[in-house]
Amino acid sequence: MEPATASRERARRPPAWVAGLVPLLILAAAIGLFVALDAPGLDRIGVPEEELVVERTVLRPGEIELHVRNDGADPVEVRQAIVNDGFAEFRQSTDEIGRLGGDKVTVQYPWIEGQAYEVLLLTATGATIDHAIDAAVETPDADLGFYGLMALIGLYVGVIPVAIGMLWLPWLRTVDARWLRFLLAFTIGLLGFLGIEALLEGSEIAGSGPAALGGAALVWLGAVSAYLALAGIGAWVQNRSKGAATGYRAALLVALGIGLHNLGEGLAIGSAYAVGSLALGAALVVGFALHNTTEGLAIVAPAAREKVSVWSLAGLGLLAGAPAVLGAWIGASAFHPSVAGLMFGIGAGAIAQVIVQIAPSIRESKSGPLLSPLTAGGLLTGLLVMYVTGLMVSV
Amino acid sequence: MRKLWENKVSRRRLLGSAAAAGAAVPVLHELVPHSGLHNQSASAREEALHNGRQLHSGSGHRGAVGRVSASANGFDPQEILRDFDTGTMRNGVREWEIVAKDRRIEVAPGVFYDAWTYNDRVPGPTLRAREGERLRIRFTNASIHPHTMHFHGIHRDLSDGIPGIGPGNIDPGGSAVYEFDATPFGLHLYHCHSTPLAEHIAKGLYGAFIIDPEEARAPADELVMVMNGFDTNFDRSNEVYAVNTVAFAYMDEPVRVKRGELVRIYLVNALEFDLLNSFHVHANFFDYYPTGTRREPRDFTDTVIQGQGERGILELRFPYTGKYMFHAHVSEFAELGWMGFFEVV
Repeated sequence: MEPATASRERARRPPAWVAGLVPLLILAAAIGLFVALDAPGLDRIGVPEEELVVERTVLRPGEIELHVRNDGADPVEVRQAIVNDGFAEFRQSTDEIGRLGGDKVTVQYPWIEGQAYEVLLLTATGATIDHAIDAAVETPDADLGFYGLMALIGLYVGVIPVAIGMLWLPWLRTVDARWLRFLLAFTIGLLGFLGIEALLEGSEIAGSGPAALGGAALVWLGAVSAYLALAGIGAWVQNRSKGAATGYRAALLVALGIGLHNLGEGLAIGSAYAVGSLALGAALVVGFALHNTTEGLAIVAPAAREKVSVWSLAGLGLLAGAPAVLGAWIGASAFHPSVAGLMFGIGAGAIAQVIVQIAPSIRESKSGPLLSPLTAGGLLTGLLVMYVTGLMVSV
Repeated sequence: MRKLWENKVSRRRLLGSAAAAGAAVPVLHELVPHSGLHNQSASAREEALHNGRQLHSGSGHRGAVGRVSASANGFDPQEILRDFDTGTMRNGVREWEIVAKDRRIEVAPGVFYDAWTYNDRVPGPTLRAREGERLRIRFTNASIHPHTMHFHGIHRDLSDGIPGIGPGNIDPGGSAVYEFDATPFGLHLYHCHSTPLAEHIAKGLYGAFIIDPEEARAPADELVMVMNGFDTNFDRSNEVYAVNTVAFAYMDEPVRVKRGELVRIYLVNALEFDLLNSFHVHANFFDYYPTGTRREPRDFTDTVIQGQGERGILELRFPYTGKYMFHAHVSEFAELGWMGFFEVV
């Protein structure tokens, strides 16, 4: 009798999760009411602020195509296009670009290679969106040959230097523990340099994109996300493979971090190539080769005391270097400043996580301080080498 | 002219509310560029096709996309050309009623500008009198800003229409009467003289003021062309240039004149922000009378330069039928809207 009543009462009482829904339902109702009443008491003052960001410029013979995104709070109606102080005919696919909406504006203009152009989009209210093209160059067609070229550049600047750097492994096996710690510290310094570079470069690129999508904050968001994701994955892997070779695991993480960084580097190269501002040639390849060869050393240093198969090493090399190819493809064919910024952030976060992972291994003894004069010197050497070799690279 | 070093985005500050901008603006934009001929009358289109001629779109000339609606604007550049306001004679005095109003106008296809107008149009009405007449202008300010009417000519300071002297600045809702004699004969202009001066003129408060000589000029097909421009993004340089306000208006619909007939053009430069403007006609030459104050031409030329506030009378005859361009020989202004055709029939 009594249990039956209790169960009936339990049935009558709503389940516990409903209580969790109540605030959400009230919020939805409040929002609905607010919208239905058209924001009572909150009249808009001031004027519409029309903001368009040009995310990508595609130049074809006789045509300038701008990929624009509405970065402001109000809709934007592009009504005329002016190129270098003259009205020009243009096409667009939508009459009104809503908040965060995008459109392609194709302006007909007989541009000449190498010259600078100023494109003004004139809106219905007379506002102007100004876009400068520093030097007009035809945007490469994304055909097979183009992807081949980007792959070649990616190989030159990513895969090959990293692979060469990994050939230090036999030598690494012969150095004593003190100098190995120096080399690990060198690796950390190198990674630190790459991380800082990724944050700065990413902030610059993302800052040029729509602020409404987050702007430079995307870089930090990417960094924190990548750091947390890798920390989680690292802990999971450690739980599963107790007693397994930790040196190889550290090498894998370093390769992953460097790979994410090279993805960003590839993006920068590819997008620079697409707008014609990349000086392709020996200087670029030599600079990157020197810069990235040290990355190969950094990958194998943690695994110097372990037996690692050639195939595993090849895998590490590809993980670190091949993203440069992928990055170059994306950068040259579908570059988006916000996405690029996010990728740079992910690279920086991954690098930070890698540093945290391999930092303990430079410790002389379990109870001693983290840094010794030798390992501090290694860190500084890493930073310095990357700085100096970085001077030879300019994208 | 814009300056390349300016901000990436020049934001326009509208005076109206967001709602007004969204709702009150008739959207006349067309998504695809014109194939060139669809706005002509059927006969004109046939003729153009027959002659292998086209209007500017698609013809190799640069131009705006779309057309400005004269009916929505309330004034038509075609009508402004030959619209002379001689006022009304009352007890031997020639009188006009002029009202200043704020009004949104379309200056290039789809591009709207919050103008200040005399009698609902930009340029204001072309006021025309005869030398020696007594003139009386009853001015009412229905704008939300103070304005004046300042006439070029020879008169007492009290009727000069500047702040601080005579009626001074006319506040919103206020009115004033300006009275003076029509002298000297020639082509003059009138404009608002409230401060900030450049703004009050650039917003549209100007018009042509013709004083005919006692001994009338030879009969002619008379045209008024007020060269002007619009700073739509408030960067103190113009985005749009035109004669009689609407960019490319006479490209889309040429000025029709008759072969062999004397054509007299009253040319006024009301442009702000740019120091000078010019007029050039193709395949022809004209007699030029600066300010129209002498009966003898100063020049026989095909290009004339005018500084801010300068004006002059052009006289020419077209010996051949066909289409002849006229435009600012400041080529940049031409491609930003100050370009048109004469169609000689």
